[in-house]
Amino acid sequence: MTFDLSLLKDGGISWLDASGPESAVVLSTRVRLARNLQGFAFAVRTTEEDRAAILSQILDATRQSNQLEEATTFRLADLDNADRQLLHERHLISKELAGLEAGKSLRSDAALVTDGHIGVMVNEEDHIRLQVLRSGFSLNEAYSDLERLDADLGSRLSFAFHPEFGYLTSCPTNAGTGLRASVLIHLPGLVLTKEIAKVLQGLSQVGLTFRGLYGEGSEVVGNFFQLSNQTTLGKSEEELLDHLAKIVRQVVAYEREAREVLQRDAAGVIADKVWRAYGLLRYARSLSFDETMNLLSGVRLGVGLNLVPNLSVYTLNKLLIFTQSAHLASAEGRSLPEQDYSIPRATYVREQLEADDARLSS
Amino acid sequence: MLCDNCKEREASIHLQQVKGNTVTSLHLCQQCAAEKGIETGAGTAKYPLSDFLASMGKGPAIQGAEGADKACASCGATLKDFQDTGRLGCPRCYDTFEKQLRDLLRRLHGSSHHVGEAYLSTGSREVDEKQVEVTNLRNKLKQAIETENFELAAELRDQLRTLE
Repeated sequence: MTFDLSLLKDGGISWLDASGPESAVVLSTRVRLARNLQGFAFAVRTTEEDRAAILSQILDATRQSNQLEEATTFRLADLDNADRQLLHERHLISKELAGLEAGKSLRSDAALVTDGHIGVMVNEEDHIRLQVLRSGFSLNEAYSDLERLDADLGSRLSFAFHPEFGYLTSCPTNAGTGLRASVLIHLPGLVLTKEIAKVLQGLSQVGLTFRGLYGEGSEVVGNFFQLSNQTTLGKSEEELLDHLAKIVRQVVAYEREAREVLQRDAAGVIADKVWRAYGLLRYARSLSFDETMNLLSGVRLGVGLNLVPNLSVYTLNKLLIFTQSAHLASAEGRSLPEQDYSIPRATYVREQLEADDARLSS
Repeated sequence: MLCDNCKEREASIHLQQVKGNTVTSLHLCQQCAAEKGIETGAGTAKYPLSDFLASMGKGPAIQGAEGADKACASCGATLKDFQDTGRLGCPRCYDTFEKQLRDLLRRLHGSSHHVGEAYLSTGSREVDEKQVEVTNLRNKLKQAIETENFELAAELRDQLRTLE
């Protein structure tokens, strides 16, 4: 096995460090570009030989890229199921690339080139998916990194491009710019004030869509929503990003208003909710993943309202990632049946909260 | 992703329902969605890709006219394949099924005209590719003459003339 996430700076989770703009409400920003090579079929129709040739061309290009100088290459076929799951839980690869989608197997020569900040998925639904993850709300910064890498790789490779339709993608929903930008945002205030339905319905009217923590097809848990652009063609990259940014700023403002209303009209109820959640996380001996997400949402709201002093947003972010099954399995050194993770999960959460409390109260 | 209902076919319709403050997701295949009476063709085309794929199956307009049996010369994919998988076969499919795709892209994105960054290096590359092909053909022609395969040589010479 060649898997070693310690090769990546901060294990590839620097985007969770809570240093970015609006990080109390906006966890992270992700932007990706879909590209395909000329002269090859799209993923669904590629042969093993095609995929080997595609990977070899792309690796030739990434090796010469300055931006990827410190990147590591992971070939998914060299990793076992648990490690592929781990990369997915860390948001470094899609479920499809990890070969974890029901009824579908791992594609040969699927690979990831990443330094933890900027990454290239190879032989995904499209030959190339470039992605950048950043802490907080930072669409323009994320895209400018991506734009540079795209130009660099585009000069070394031959991308499929059509004068009218733009960049060509396996699914027409991505054609044109191939750009999907998403912002992971925590909206407990809007959920508690029952305003959320209105906001979400409004999104589809302005050409945006929302998803759960893991993007397409994933459930909404812990009041975390991923807002992203629905269309990719007919608008420039800048227009798509500006539009998303404008709407996200509005949603953040609504969320702040909702939190003010809660503080003003229901301070006692909110404080109780927050501290109950904190109490359970701090002292429970068994926690399911969904319960953990919901409790973390309550505590995160408390930290945002300055009710919980001895807890950092970074620790909350880390808990989101490290309480997932593959991360717990990796810490335990073996895989367990899903229900058996509840006890190690509770132990991990308790230790992290105790450590923060000791560090921040001293 | 498999359909939540039959767990057999690929889900192509993804619903997220907001009821009060809970959001539930449902992933269905065309058939199960139809059986459950879920309207996919209504109003503002919320799921234009699924609508389009569904209408291709039913609509005599496309099936009867051009295109239903047409296969992409480059990868062999047909519109039927696209309908089944929701994915195109290769970049050339965008030329093969240009008319249908322009229509679909308009419905999906509100426009079929890319106004984002243009990929500039394609032009110079086409020249390079042409050069490579010319060299290849010359080599083949030389070989054909050496092996006295004059029929092939004549064919290659014609191809070279068109290219140059």
